Amino acid sequence: MIEVRELRREFKVATSKGLRRNYKTVTAVDDVSFDVQAGEAVGYVGPNGAGKSTTIKMLTGILVPTSGHLRVSGVDPSKQRRDLAKRIGVVFGQRSQLWWDLPLGDSFDLLRSIYRVSAADYRTRLDECVELLGLQELLITPVRQLSLGQRMRGEITAALLHAPELLVLDEPTIGLDLESKERLREFLADINTRRGTTLLLTTHDLDDIERLCPRLMVIDHGRVLADGPLAELRAEVTPERELVIDLREPGPAPDVPGVTAVRSEAGGLRHHLTFRRAETTAAQLITQVVRQVEVHDLAVVEPEIDDVIRKLYQRQVQQNTSR
Amino acid sequence: MAEFIYPKLIGAKLRSQLAYRASFAVDFVSQVLAQCYELIVILVLFSQVNALGGFTRDEVLLMYAFAGAAFGVADLFAGQLDNLPTYIRTGSFDVLLMRPLGTLPQIMCSDIRLRRIGRITSALGVMIYALTHVPIDWTPAKVLLTIATPLAGTVIYSSVWVVACSICFWIVEGREFANAVTYGSNSFTSYPINVYSRPLRWVMAFVVPGAFVAYYPSLALLGKQDPLGLPGWVGWTSPLVAALAAVVAGLVWRFAVRHYRGTGS
Repeated sequence: MIEVRELRREFKVATSKGLRRNYKTVTAVDDVSFDVQAGEAVGYVGPNGAGKSTTIKMLTGILVPTSGHLRVSGVDPSKQRRDLAKRIGVVFGQRSQLWWDLPLGDSFDLLRSIYRVSAADYRTRLDECVELLGLQELLITPVRQLSLGQRMRGEITAALLHAPELLVLDEPTIGLDLESKERLREFLADINTRRGTTLLLTTHDLDDIERLCPRLMVIDHGRVLADGPLAELRAEVTPERELVIDLREPGPAPDVPGVTAVRSEAGGLRHHLTFRRAETTAAQLITQVVRQVEVHDLAVVEPEIDDVIRKLYQRQVQQNTSR
Repeated sequence: MAEFIYPKLIGAKLRSQLAYRASFAVDFVSQVLAQCYELIVILVLFSQVNALGGFTRDEVLLMYAFAGAAFGVADLFAGQLDNLPTYIRTGSFDVLLMRPLGTLPQIMCSDIRLRRIGRITSALGVMIYALTHVPIDWTPAKVLLTIATPLAGTVIYSSVWVVACSICFWIVEGREFANAVTYGSNSFTSYPINVYSRPLRWVMAFVVPGAFVAYYPSLALLGKQDPLGLPGWVGWTSPLVAALAAVVAGLVWRFAVRHYRGTGS
């Protein structure tokens, strides 16, 4: 679905010193390569200025790459922009493709004409989105009167009316409240699994990834730092997990082989046991622990996705300094 | 099928303008007044002199009316290009690029300044007055020319607009420059070009082909010799000049959009 080889994008940035203007070249995307298969859902994350949006703009044909090979849906985005537009759907969280002063339904109708969707297809697709996203009452509301969450549901519907094979979402949940976010995620997960629409989304909200994307790509300074299933990245970057045990009576932490660190709190009622996932499993550990002490409750804590990404960044910095 | 999309886009904008009826009425009236203001300037001028560059008051009014009507219609469509800096700054231009349509027609149909009809109405009024008060030997060809002139003028002005606004892809706040060219060329073309100095005339006639909007066709209609010495058939070439201008404008726009996609400001 997406084929990216050594994709590169440079910008000339003006640096003014008094009256003199100098230009320096900034590389926003630095020889990035990856593939996305049809039906995948990929999260594309990284800090601000990492090159996410630049990549998205090249994938959607808005920006022309400086160099590299790029195919989206079998098409070269920079050369066949209009062809590509018919095959993919794009949602930018920060800009709207709806008609501000018109009722939401009118925008859909205009997009139907723009993408030349047959009346029957339009009806089925719209009805489906309207039902799943709860847009019934909003169709007659002017877009400018919609809340951000409502508008975003409208934007996603707008991007799906021509049944794109690929849906690209740039920060789709930005600024939304929890309920709206959850609703969107549920919907996106649904069209990905049921309709097989490929998803590529950039986000700052790691819950989006956890909920939606089996595959995660981390980018920083224009380079891909990591690419793989979330679980694998977690195992690789944060090899340690934690077992939290609550004891019935305060007491010392059990001494169990395989535990690398112990942190106790609540006067010995709760202990955090850190262990390496490569050496021990949680099950082995629990068996050992209950043999020694009387356990009231226990839980296995996975490192947060934020930690995973933070570690990735740190690792990158270390590599750079040791070079 | 694709051709039907643009009327739909315009229709959509008309409906959204109805949401602001009061401001529409105010704009309409102010446009009529703006056009009349220029008219008054001409009338006052002719209360002092009998001829301007060898042309009578009514002959100048004819040129003024041709230019006004053409500019009004061009503004209706190409005037939206004045919003180009906003499109670029807010990233809305990216949204246009995401659609399977050309960017230029999308912008032109993105809005329609109905209030411009105020300007067009008053220009048409003056045109009718002038056509009935200047001596013209009417022939079928001249009737055709009278109809073709405002249309060709519209295309010429629109092309000037496109070319001038393309600068915004390099200098985002290039709007002042663009307006100087577009609105400025309207003011120029309302008068016989032989009243201007020679370098200005050349720019007017051939770089910004404003002289083909009103001046040369009016000469042909009136059966007058060009005081600047160009042959009589030049007055019939406005549609050709318009077509050429449109091609040039299309190329410039393509080049500009390519630059935008190459830099992405």
